[in-house]
Amino acid sequence: MSDVALPIPERSALWRSFKRHPSAVVAAGIVALIAAGAVLAPLLASQNPFDPASLELANSLLPPVWIDGGEARFLLGSDDQGRDMFSALLYGSRISLIVGLAAVAFSALLGVAVGLLAGYAGGWLDAVLMRLADVQLTFPAILIALMVDGFVRAALPAAVHEGIALYVLIFSIGIADWPQYARVVRAGTAVQKTLGYVAAARVMGVGPSRIVLRHILPNVLSAVFVLATLGFTSAIIAEATLSFLGVGMPPTSPSLGTLIRIGNDFLFSGEWWITLFPSLTLVGLALGVNVLGDWLRDALNPRLRT
Amino acid sequence: MRTFISVAAAVMMLAGPVQAQNTLRWASQGDGFTLDPHAQNEGQTHAINRQMMEPLIERRPDLTKIPALALSWTLINPTTWEFKLRPKVKFHDGRAFSADDVVFSYKRAMMPTSDMKDIISTLKDVTKVDDLTVHFITTGPDPVFPDVATNIFIMSKSWAEEHKVTAPQDIVAKQETYAVRNAIGTGPFKLQLREPDVRTVMVKNTEWWGYADPAYKDHNVDRVVFTPVANAATRVAALLSGELDFLLDPPVQDVARIESSGQFTLQRVPEVRSIFLGMKTNTKELASSSVKGKNPFSDIRVRRAMNMAVDVNAITKRTMRGQAQPAGYVLPPGVHGYHADLDQHLPFDVEGAKKLLTEAGYPNGFDVRLDCPNDRYLNDEEICQAVTGMLARVGVKVTLDLKPRTLHFPKIQNDTSDFYMLGWGTLTTDAYYHLSFMVLTSSTWNRTGYLDQKMEDLVNALGVETDIAKRDAMIREASVRSRDGYATIPLHTQFLTWATRKNVTVPITADNLPAFRYARFAK
Repeated sequence: MSDVALPIPERSALWRSFKRHPSAVVAAGIVALIAAGAVLAPLLASQNPFDPASLELANSLLPPVWIDGGEARFLLGSDDQGRDMFSALLYGSRISLIVGLAAVAFSALLGVAVGLLAGYAGGWLDAVLMRLADVQLTFPAILIALMVDGFVRAALPAAVHEGIALYVLIFSIGIADWPQYARVVRAGTAVQKTLGYVAAARVMGVGPSRIVLRHILPNVLSAVFVLATLGFTSAIIAEATLSFLGVGMPPTSPSLGTLIRIGNDFLFSGEWWITLFPSLTLVGLALGVNVLGDWLRDALNPRLRT
Repeated sequence: MRTFISVAAAVMMLAGPVQAQNTLRWASQGDGFTLDPHAQNEGQTHAINRQMMEPLIERRPDLTKIPALALSWTLINPTTWEFKLRPKVKFHDGRAFSADDVVFSYKRAMMPTSDMKDIISTLKDVTKVDDLTVHFITTGPDPVFPDVATNIFIMSKSWAEEHKVTAPQDIVAKQETYAVRNAIGTGPFKLQLREPDVRTVMVKNTEWWGYADPAYKDHNVDRVVFTPVANAATRVAALLSGELDFLLDPPVQDVARIESSGQFTLQRVPEVRSIFLGMKTNTKELASSSVKGKNPFSDIRVRRAMNMAVDVNAITKRTMRGQAQPAGYVLPPGVHGYHADLDQHLPFDVEGAKKLLTEAGYPNGFDVRLDCPNDRYLNDEEICQAVTGMLARVGVKVTLDLKPRTLHFPKIQNDTSDFYMLGWGTLTTDAYYHLSFMVLTSSTWNRTGYLDQKMEDLVNALGVETDIAKRDAMIREASVRSRDGYATIPLHTQFLTWATRKNVTVPITADNLPAFRYARFAK
């Protein structure tokens, strides 16, 4: 992660590199599949698992269709409330992806802004912002997310919380991750600031905000992309962790983590499908994005480029 | 190699006698609230405390009464019970037990901060006659007072004075006192370590009077370790992997798995406890609902509709996997005054419920918050989710607020819940106890606010009625009136299943309060 401030290579070069890495292609395929399922969930799902009125207790705990007792309507079986697992997976992945994307966007935006400001301004502002980031980095991200989530949960009435649980999750995960972006961007900015083109721009009378946004930002962005891809995975996993611990999405609108938690209670009694399928989906998604992120990092790194 | 084996054998022989100590390791999903015996009238709290402290009269596992700190009790006139106390009893730290402690404990249990005061509401005064005789004076004739006396644990007066805990902890105000984490009693086990929500360790009280009593002579438990484990799967894993000897509440879905392992004895009994949902009927509007200016639950048609919308048979069959019996009113089988013919839930009828809601002016339903515990009753969280789905089908949008019991029960006691789950078990095996707590509007455990003056009068009169036939008729009438007010949605009576390792016996009790004085390790 020390290679900051690299220019983004040409699009065709990136594409060539992608085609030469079968693992990246497979990973992209998996991610695309899950993403497509999540986006098209209302069309593909046989029920809306978030609508309690669509659940029939009589359909609870049905095994997947290929096992005796399974029903075609419940392709991957059903959970203890009669929720179709396949539909729950589609909608659950939706939450994972939304939380992942939004949390990353939030922390990247915040981190980049802080990093540019600290790196370009320097001085006491730099010191204050970076010490703040240092302090926050000493806490594990999941702890901060837990703290924020717990605080909001205690402060808000349940009815309000249920409506905004998703945003609370995004905020608490997003706020936990910004120092990483801030540090990388700040380092890049500090280097770029001393380069000739910045000095030239300054001499020409270009204002500081324009220099930062138009000239420096594009040059530090490639590192942000790599961080964001990897951060996306950790955000998805953080969401699943919080939901697994019972502080994320409420059981009436389950995400993948909530489903794994619910299914956990049924492992001993043989209803393995409630926990297995969400787990596999989560693993597929996290692994896929991570492999893509690794490839992207290598592809953007000129020293590793062949 | 041979030397190694003989050394190992010698070490094992040395270690032998230490390991022979019989430690009973048990778990349940939640911990007791407090060690203060009068601060919270709640099952698990009593289950922890009853190992260390004793009432005047004790219940055997079959719930019949047996002398404990009292040797005999007689009605000397219609309103006075005379209790003769057991001589030469000592508290855990050596203090002698006497009539002063009994008078002190009962007066303490009658104080405003006591949660046991409602159960002894017929008690007017308690006086010491001599060191081993106490008189209980009731407001009117109270034939079931000995049953009530099984629930008031006796504390040491001098210990309480020494530690400034002469008044019960005010649990609603989250008060912290010395008696919350420390306790002495006269019972078979002494407190060694108390870490709330983590671990509670008790050791054998070698000075216990019971060792001289034939009823307990083969008592052989040296140590009791209690660990609350909230997660159902973790609880079962702990049992199966040998970390526990006794599990109070195996999840219903795992009973078959535990049984099939062949290492455990499973005992089953219908618990004397009704699981139900209470609806607040007496406020102008519901705090958690967007309906303003009126309270949907004040309308009996809405309450009937709520009852009709909940399919109790489906919950019993699916969520409880048959380990429960559907309930029609809030009085469980096994209680004196229970009538099977009254125990009929309104038939499940979605269309009928919608029609009633429309008549009541809620054609599109309304929204409300349902407060549920997630670590108190068997599958409580799943049951509440199922109810949420069923009510959604008639248009009632329920926001589920699942909380651990330490946060859930205060909502009921502080009266901040519009719609709540509660399970009411028996402490006296008599309907009066249930009715006085679940029907009287003055009870802090009844937040329905449903008032029927005739019903209220009947219940109050029950406390002092001595004619059994007349009393039974009154119980029946009050039960019918309460049921037909539909201020509650009765759900079911859960079947208790206790799992014990094969080398231990812990006799099951229908009140779900294990008593380790009856536990035995195989020799």
